[in-house]
This record gives sequence, structure tokens and C-alpha cells, in this order.
Amino acid sequence: MALMTFKGGVHPYDGKGLSKDKPIRELLPKGELVYPLSQHIGAPANPIVAVGDTVLRGQKIAEAGGFVSAPIYASVSGTVKKIEPRRVAVGDMVKSIVIESDGEMKEVAYARTQDPSSLSVEEIIGKIKEAGIVGMGGAGFPTHVKLSPKEPDKIEYIIANCAECEPYLTSDYRRMVEQPEKLVAGMKIVLQLFPKAKGVFGVEDNKPDCIAKLKELVSNEPRMEVAALQTKYPQGGERQLIYAVTKRAINSKMLPADAGCIVDNVETLVAIYNAVVLGVPLMNRIFTVTGNAVAEPQNFYVCIGSNYREMLDAAGGLKTECKKMIAGGPMMGFAMFDLDVPTTKTTSALLCLTEDEVAENESTACINCGRCVEACPELLAPSRLADYAERGQDGVFEKWHGLECVECGSCSYVCPAKRPLAQSVKTMKKQILAAKRKK
Amino acid sequence: MSDLFHVSSSPHVRSKDTSSRIMLYVALALLPTTAFGIYNFGYRALILILVTVATCVLSEWVFEKIIHKKSTINDFSAVVTGLLLALNLPATLPWWEAVIGGVFAIVIVKMMFGGLGQNFINPALGARCFLLIAFAADMTNFVIDEYTGATPLAAMRNGEAVNTMNMLIGKTAGTIGETSVIAILIGAIFLILMGVIDLRIPGSYLVTFVIFILLFGGHGLDWNYVTAQLCGGGIMLGAFFMATDYVTSPITPNGKLLFGVCLGVLTGVFRMFGANAEGVSFAIILSNLLVPMIEKITIPRAFGQVKEGK
Repeated sequence: MALMTFKGGVHPYDGKGLSKDKPIRELLPKGELVYPLSQHIGAPANPIVAVGDTVLRGQKIAEAGGFVSAPIYASVSGTVKKIEPRRVAVGDMVKSIVIESDGEMKEVAYARTQDPSSLSVEEIIGKIKEAGIVGMGGAGFPTHVKLSPKEPDKIEYIIANCAECEPYLTSDYRRMVEQPEKLVAGMKIVLQLFPKAKGVFGVEDNKPDCIAKLKELVSNEPRMEVAALQTKYPQGGERQLIYAVTKRAINSKMLPADAGCIVDNVETLVAIYNAVVLGVPLMNRIFTVTGNAVAEPQNFYVCIGSNYREMLDAAGGLKTECKKMIAGGPMMGFAMFDLDVPTTKTTSALLCLTEDEVAENESTACINCGRCVEACPELLAPSRLADYAERGQDGVFEKWHGLECVECGSCSYVCPAKRPLAQSVKTMKKQILAAKRKK
Repeated sequence: MSDLFHVSSSPHVRSKDTSSRIMLYVALALLPTTAFGIYNFGYRALILILVTVATCVLSEWVFEKIIHKKSTINDFSAVVTGLLLALNLPATLPWWEAVIGGVFAIVIVKMMFGGLGQNFINPALGARCFLLIAFAADMTNFVIDEYTGATPLAAMRNGEAVNTMNMLIGKTAGTIGETSVIAILIGAIFLILMGVIDLRIPGSYLVTFVIFILLFGGHGLDWNYVTAQLCGGGIMLGAFFMATDYVTSPITPNGKLLFGVCLGVLTGVFRMFGANAEGVSFAIILSNLLVPMIEKITIPRAFGQVKEGK
């Protein structure tokens, strides 16, 4: 059977070899952990601890600030030192709770559920909401909101995003290799919410071991299947993944639910399993430290709130000069100017590159070659959009569907003139959306 | 704050392809045609090629020097323009007319409008048409094997029989680069394999043209005539190397198809009903002018976009 895929996309150097065979190593944090109150889309969480309080691992330290929001839990035991704005990986200052770890990792007691199949829909969603689970692939959309669509009966597909199409990242891969049972168990719980849905694990075919393993695990699960996807960036983009699996296309004004789909990332499904079955809230995630400047690239099981510098040190530090530090992958990650930032629910990697390909390539005049058009998974004409953006022509920009951009960066990647197309389009998009909100 | 690192907007990686590499591929793809042109027309062809390439590169360099802009001759686009211009000239053209053509292509058509990426007609063809008007006699003086001969298209127009095999190989009269279909196709296949061009423009161009001459050519379903029309004149060189010029063709996928259709129809009209046997250059230049309009009506539909009810 032909591999499932979407139109457009690019094939950047994947770099996964650096860390893909490194087993997940647990990393115990030292000293200070920082918990930004805004680690998700929606209202920031409200702190429910005060400076000086002692907290246990697994204790809730901030409450959801609304329906579209998520609570935050301490991932270590210790003392609340400060509640103040701290820098996060994307560069912003965000109000955060700072906890000094006592190094003992004293935990609260978790309420296990022996038989999750006995739980009602409300109970499951309640547990997911209470555990503070958000989309851990990067967007951070609160999962309980996603799992409460207007018409649950219309959901036909629960898609596990196992594509991991971003170069260098291997955290989802390691999870699938080492603990695929948890992923399948998470899927089973979600399927319980949607009796008419089928569970599909969408995996890029550069991970044949994961495909084989998952196929074996779902052989006794009539409602689940594994879809092998073509290895192509951005195969794990939500709209692209939905199209690859179901051939249904959605635009920026639609939700996956409008196409009868709900998409959840590997880590998120594992977190759902942990929350519903083990009663453990979201406190940990897999985090990859990689890049050709890192001495020993690693996959860590980290406590959310751990410092980036600490993780880099645990990976042996830098072996050569590092030109660029990126939170996340090279296509959509954020360049960081400072390492003293915490891991959050949505950060999956620290990538240290010895070359800054953006700075090294001077941008020249557009030769109208159309490579960006061929690469755009949204079928847009990025070079035109970038022109309109640079001239501030918002009307034409919208007419050429600029707002449909998913900011995947494929256009900038392929551009032979090395123009920062995605940057221009993203900026214009932000301006237009901001102006629309004002109205 | 601790030590600072480079920051920039994502993505942080770039492909290895560059504009100059693409231009180099185009120049390489023109080598078989160039070599055959020199073989077919002798040393005069070689001299003309060298003269136009040198003129184009030099005029770009001088122009940018004068207006205090950074030199862009390293992007090889002037080399490609010069080469294409030479391939569109008869080997007998006096060298100084070729120099005028080269300067016109670069300075008037390209640099005056803002340089690479900004010109709205193909520089080489713009210069060719300028020379055709300015030096009509020299530009249509086709000599092969020491005899002045009619081009196959002109011969066909006069009702003479032509040898399609010779046209395929290129042993006919014509401009330096247009005669050998085989040499052109070798280069075209190279460009397609390297991902520099695709078949949208040349494909729709040639298909439209064939349909047009079947309908209006007055020869009915005469495949010999169709083949001769396809192999004669500049249509192959034009379809694969000049209509596909990035700068002067639409960027939208459907626009490329429509552009090819315009080219096919215009070439057909010029060849069947025009005063000359040839019409490719004019067809391409006219279609170049239509590009903004073509793009406007072929804005791609975004992924997942539903047709809005009016």
C-alpha cells in the first residue's frame, strides 16, 4: 500500500541518529525549579501556594484560570521560594512559581483506578482536566477541552500523532520504543470517550521498529490501527496528519473535530494514561538534548520545571562552540539567547547547533522559482505573501490566503535566495489577527 | 544575564540549493545545445557566444558599479542571459550587433527594472526582438554549410518538403541554438531531473500548440507536418529554456498551465497567420506581459479551503 501523506512538504536533514538509540535516562533535578503559570493556550493558572510553603511532589501549586486553562503541579518536594516573572524558553517573561527542591522527592499519595473501563465519560475528562494535561507536542492546548467537542458522536478518528517529523527530535520515538503499552493504554481511554471512533497511530516510516511494535500491540484491539506515513516534514502538522490519515482537509477556521478527528501527541496520550489509571498528574516528560555541539546527546525523563543548563550539563555539556541554541526542533523551535530557562509541559528538546545557517546565508532577490509554492503544505504562494507582508498590504495578503499559513517554515527552508519567507508571513499574520481581535 | 547566543525566527536550517546553483544548472543544461551550435555553424558561433556572454556579465558589473550597488554577477544569471541570447542569434550576425543586444538585454530589460527577479520580460528574448527590429536583415540571414538557406519553417511555408530527421538532429539553418531538438531535450531532461523546471509550462505549451495547428494549420491530421512544426524554429528552445524562465513566468501552479496555453495559442497564431514563419519569441514576450493577470486569476486555493457562497 502506498504510504499516506499530504501535498507539499520538505525533506530536511533529520539528525535523529545523534540521539535515537540513547535509552531514556531519568534525571533528578537539583536546586531550583521554575513553573511558569502559562504553559498552555488559554488563561494563566492561579497560584494556590504562597512563598514559604512546603510542597510535595504531585501537589497542585496552581489552579486552572478558567475552562481553557490547566492546573500546574510541583514535580519535586521542597519550599516555595518566590512567585515572580521568569524568562521562559521562547524569550518572554512569565509569572512563575519557583520551588527549591529538598532533594527528597517526597510524594503525595495517588489514587489509582483499577478498572478504567468502569469510569464514565465525565469522570475521565475530570481526571484529565485535574491532572493539568495539555497538548505536549508544542501547542499546549488543554486536552480536556479538546476531548469535549460539541458533538462527540461525530468523532470518527482519534489520531495519535506519532509522526515526530521535526528533525533531531527523538523523545516520542524513545517513548514508542520503550513504553508503547502506555501509549496504547492512553488511546484506549480516549476511545472510551468516543464510542464511534477508531484509533489511528500515525507513524512516519523512518521508524519501522515503532510501526512493527505498535502493530503487534494493536493486533488484539479491534478499534485501533497503525498508519505508516511517508517521512516528510511537516507530516506531524495537525492539518497535514489529518489529511494523510483520513483524506479530509481542514482550514484555519475549522477544528479537527469538524472533520470528525481529534489529534493527540504521543506524550499527551501517555499523560492521559498516567492521570486516569495511575492518578498521577502531569509532572514529567521526555526531553531530548541533542545537536552536533552536544558532547553526549541524550533522551531524559525530566521533571517539568528543570533548568535547561542542568540538562545540557547532564548530557556532557558542549563539546565545541555552539552557534545556536534552539528550544525544540530546527524547523519550528525557538532560538534562545539564554539557557537559564525551565522546561515546561510543551518543550521537547534542546538543540545545540554548531552552525547558524540563517546568519551564514545572505538573503538575495527572489527569482520567482516557485519552490516555496511547491513546498507549502497549505498550498499557498509564500513568496507572494512575503512580498505583501513586507509592503504591509494586508488586503492582498488575505486574498492570497495568508492567514492559512501553519508557520511550518518549509518555504524558508527551500528558498534558494534564502529569503526569510516564513518570518515575514508570520509577522503579517500576527498583525492582522491582532487587528481583528481589536475590532 | 549569562552569555548570549544567536537568535532568529524559525526555521533554523536551510536547504543547500542556492540561486547561483540553479543558474549554473541552467547554463550546464544549455551546453549540449551550445556545443551542437558551434559544431553546426563553426567558429563564428563560438565567437558570438563568447561575445554575448562577456557583454552581459560586463554590462551588469559596470551598471552596478555606476549605481553603487553590490555586484550580483556571481549569481550566474547574466551568464545564462548571455548564453540564451547567443543561442537565439544567427551565427552570421556581426559581433558588434551582438554586443548591442547583450547591453540591451542586461541594462534596459533587466537592470533598469530592478535587476534579477524584477524584469517582466525575458531579457534574452527582449534583446532578440530588439535586434530583429533594429537589424532585420542580419537577424534573418541564415547560413549553413556556406550557403544561405531557408529555415525549415520558412521552407514549409513556401510549400517545400522538409527532412524531419535532419531537423531532429539539427542539421538545418536557423539560430545557433534552436536547430537541434535532441541537444535541447538532453538539456531539458537534465533540468527536469535536477528539479529546476517541471513539465507544466513546456507541456501545456506544446500540447496547446499541437492542438492549435491540428485545428488551424490547414494540413489536417498530418503528423509529419506536426512533427516538423514542433522541431522547427525556436519552439523547443523556447518551451524548455525561455518560457520556463522563473522570473517571467507565473508562480502559481495553475498559472503555469494557463501560461503554457497562452504561449501555444500565440505561437500558433503567429506561425499560421503572421507575416513570419516564426513566432516563438513574440509569443513568449507577449505572454510574459500577461503573467500578472494570469497570477491574479489563478491564486491557489488554500488547503482545506471551502468555496465561499456568494
